[in-house]
Amino acid sequence: MNDREKLLEKYAAKVYKNRKDHILQLAEGDEDPSIAANTRTIPGVMTARGCCYAGCKGVVVGPLKDVCVITHGPVGCGFYSWGTRRNKARPDEHAEKNFLPYCFSTDMQESDIVFGGEKKLEKAIEEAMQLFSPACIMICSTCPIGLIGDDVQAVAQRTEEKYGIKAIGYSCEGYKGVSQSAGHHIANNGLMRYVIGTGDKAPAKTFSVNILGEYNIGGDGWEEERILKRCGIEVVTMFTGDASYAALKSAHLAQLNLVMCHRSINYIAEMMKTKYGTDWLKVNFVGVGATCQSLREIAAYFNDAALSARVEEVIADELSAICGDMEYYKSRLAGKTAGIFSGGSRSHHYQTLLRDLGMNTVIAGYEFAHRDDYEGRGVIPQIKEDADSKNIETITVERDLEQYRAFYSEDELAALCAEIEIDTYAGMICDMDAGDVIVDDYNALETDELIRTVKPDIFFSGIKDKFSVQKAGVSSRQIHSYDYSGPYSGFRGAVNFGRDVTMSLFCNAWSYVTPPWKHEPTLVGSYGGR
Amino acid sequence: MLDLTTKDVLERKALRVNPCKTCQPAGAMFAALGVHSCMPHSHGSQGCCSYHRTVLSRHFKEPAIASSSSFTEGASVFGGRSNLNTAVKNIFDMYAPDVIAVHTTCLSETIGDDLTSYITDLDLPEGKHVVHCNTPSYVGSHINGFSNMMMGFMNYLTRKSGALNGKTAIFPGWVNPGDIRELKRIAALMGVPATFFPDQSGVLDAPMTGTYAYYPEGGTTLDEIRGLGDSSGLIALGEIIGLAPAEMMKKKWKVPYALLPLPVGVAYTDNYLIALRNAATGEDNIRPPVPPELEAERGRLVDLMLDSGQYTYQKKAAIFGDPDVVIGLTSLCLEIGMIPRYVITGTPKEDFTRKIEALFAKYGMEGCTAKANADLFDLHQWIKNEPVDLLIGSSYGKQIARAEDIPFVRAGFPVLDRYGGPLLPIVGYGGGMHLIEKITGALMDRYDRDCADEDFEVVM
Repeated sequence: MNDREKLLEKYAAKVYKNRKDHILQLAEGDEDPSIAANTRTIPGVMTARGCCYAGCKGVVVGPLKDVCVITHGPVGCGFYSWGTRRNKARPDEHAEKNFLPYCFSTDMQESDIVFGGEKKLEKAIEEAMQLFSPACIMICSTCPIGLIGDDVQAVAQRTEEKYGIKAIGYSCEGYKGVSQSAGHHIANNGLMRYVIGTGDKAPAKTFSVNILGEYNIGGDGWEEERILKRCGIEVVTMFTGDASYAALKSAHLAQLNLVMCHRSINYIAEMMKTKYGTDWLKVNFVGVGATCQSLREIAAYFNDAALSARVEEVIADELSAICGDMEYYKSRLAGKTAGIFSGGSRSHHYQTLLRDLGMNTVIAGYEFAHRDDYEGRGVIPQIKEDADSKNIETITVERDLEQYRAFYSEDELAALCAEIEIDTYAGMICDMDAGDVIVDDYNALETDELIRTVKPDIFFSGIKDKFSVQKAGVSSRQIHSYDYSGPYSGFRGAVNFGRDVTMSLFCNAWSYVTPPWKHEPTLVGSYGGR
Repeated sequence: MLDLTTKDVLERKALRVNPCKTCQPAGAMFAALGVHSCMPHSHGSQGCCSYHRTVLSRHFKEPAIASSSSFTEGASVFGGRSNLNTAVKNIFDMYAPDVIAVHTTCLSETIGDDLTSYITDLDLPEGKHVVHCNTPSYVGSHINGFSNMMMGFMNYLTRKSGALNGKTAIFPGWVNPGDIRELKRIAALMGVPATFFPDQSGVLDAPMTGTYAYYPEGGTTLDEIRGLGDSSGLIALGEIIGLAPAEMMKKKWKVPYALLPLPVGVAYTDNYLIALRNAATGEDNIRPPVPPELEAERGRLVDLMLDSGQYTYQKKAAIFGDPDVVIGLTSLCLEIGMIPRYVITGTPKEDFTRKIEALFAKYGMEGCTAKANADLFDLHQWIKNEPVDLLIGSSYGKQIARAEDIPFVRAGFPVLDRYGGPLLPIVGYGGGMHLIEKITGALMDRYDRDCADEDFEVVM
């Protein structure tokens, strides 16, 4: 019985029928492995998934530092998403005000549920204007809002009229879709519709990019920006780590979009391609080899000899600075195995960094990915829309005749595509090996079972799994929050990661888990009168 | 830090900024984790469950298990009955608890899901239970959710057989496992056989053994909850969180109760001992003596207060958090001569304000402010207008402490940014010593940091 069959064996018929398509064990010669994803979680299975609100507010719009994000609903949702994600930011020339240390909520009470909450929301906005006069207010809806029929878009419109600021309402009620993913999509739609393209601050440098799907967890985005800057490439804005409403407005003026987290932001990448002609590259700055490759692909895209030379110089210099540390950590970690469940591309990204350290990823998966994150965008035409995905609005954009400026003609682009992959993503599975286990929408039972059967040396996921895995005697690190360490991306981040994994595996306290007397014989005595 | 907070106080009616509370379901989940072999279950969309597990895990640095009904848009329209049925079957199949403790969310409350009828109609495996309580997130706070879950369990399981079981029920309220261990130790020393309900010790401070169990040793057993109705008496700790469950015990099963403040500091710990002593008083009406061991502990705490009092005397404190823990902390601060200048809770309970004001009056404090249903933005603005010497509360206070450069002692829930806190008590005489060590340490470290070289003393 292989590991997949062992996992599925635990299930009664109905759950088995559902889960069998979400669990994959790669086999030699398996041409087109396919996995079910982005479908409903079975109630009661102890999923790791969150909700639509978490995806919209928590992931995409929450990090916008100059935006007063008001959670419209009872107090809990705003409270839990307050300062808990490590999306670092500091005020800059675009945004002097930093709202990130704050939590704003309408704290709805029973009467608001019964009689409607729009009045309270409008009053809350009035108070926010009096206290903070933000340039932009975003309203994120929680479960009851859609049910009681509060119209947050109408409130946003009235706010714009009354105060002359930007206001956006998101109907990101928790029950929408099947995971955080729905919230990403809703947030992407709002930013595309109301923010991107409304500014006119042109980049100053010859080469400019946005980094999409980079939330600056633990300062990742800053490390990426540092490297790109050294190469002479300007980062117009990240989406949305350390980003501001003010900076996002001019995102369409960047020449190229780099996509880190494919799942949470691919909608914007696609729509910007259609509307503004901006190409996108799926990059990966997690891992030394991956960072080098991404930099070279960016240089190849711009097709500029001086830039390519500069990129090579930077790579050589950065590598010389870290190679001693990386060699040391590799000497400690080589041959170790890992399991990883994180993000909307991270489970893929971290495999390359682990490989740099001589480690092998044997289990991987996502909470909220779609089939294209696993199998590559080629599979998109085959994905059937179901009732849950139909409930999430897909917006269609058209070419903006004034602002459309493609970097390359179609013929030039086709020629370049022979060299690098542009406007596409090949997914995670193609980088994994026979025998590896891939689990979509993993749950606690499956996690515990995988720990027992596959026995990885270290497990990377979130706080909900961390301590149960550790209690089972396996090193465990949060790879959503980096266990409050980081950055992990780029060259310096790779060293931090190597240090943290080594620290976790070789922590002295592991040797004390079993008390010494457990190895002593119970019977104490002496032989024949001695 | 918090650069947008100004001195000018605006009376807000709608905008909550930097809350000092969270929603009912989090409390229900925490309470349910204090029952042995129990799977807390969140009947709503799965984000709630994920958020609550996360905040509990981050505070305790322990697994916090719970499942969800995983509502989608369809369930929100047609009701959550089928989601609950599926969930219950799967939970018993996959995780094999003895009981599933269902709490509602704002979603299932708003659509009016009738949990009582759903549960009545369930076809349960032999010997297994499903209990529930209603926890609308838009009423009260996590504190109400905790009480409601306790009452949910009692409602389904507790019975009166007519024969007393010789045990005193003790409701410890919302405290850490380290506190429960201390409360249990004191009860045992006082010779009172007790049932603690709920009891997260052993569950949310499970030892590292190399094997993981969903249901570690610990938690109130179902038999113990059944037997609550046969208790000879009840000591409910936490006057706010304990009131409704205590009243239920009295009304439904005629169990008399003593409702006490959380035993933080000398006076409130004395109250706990007196209540335990009453519980240990037999039919002969002779009160047993307080064991010398506890009297000596008390003496050591008072000794420490006298020794260190000059460093706390008339120092101004701002205290925030959940009502009962804040009442306890305020009492302790007054015992060591501090001025509790601002005392707030986010939980909307006017009883809190009255109790804090009574404490102010007891110690002749004038010009101090107590407020329920307040938030940390209020507190920060007040501090900007009149600074304090010390801030005591949950991790979210660290923002204010940094912004205003105030020494900060962490206590209450949630403490997300420090380790070991949940293992150590703040209740009892020992807990008092622990708190005073932290409070004086914070104040004296600040003095050492700020004073001139010539004032820097090796002996203090």
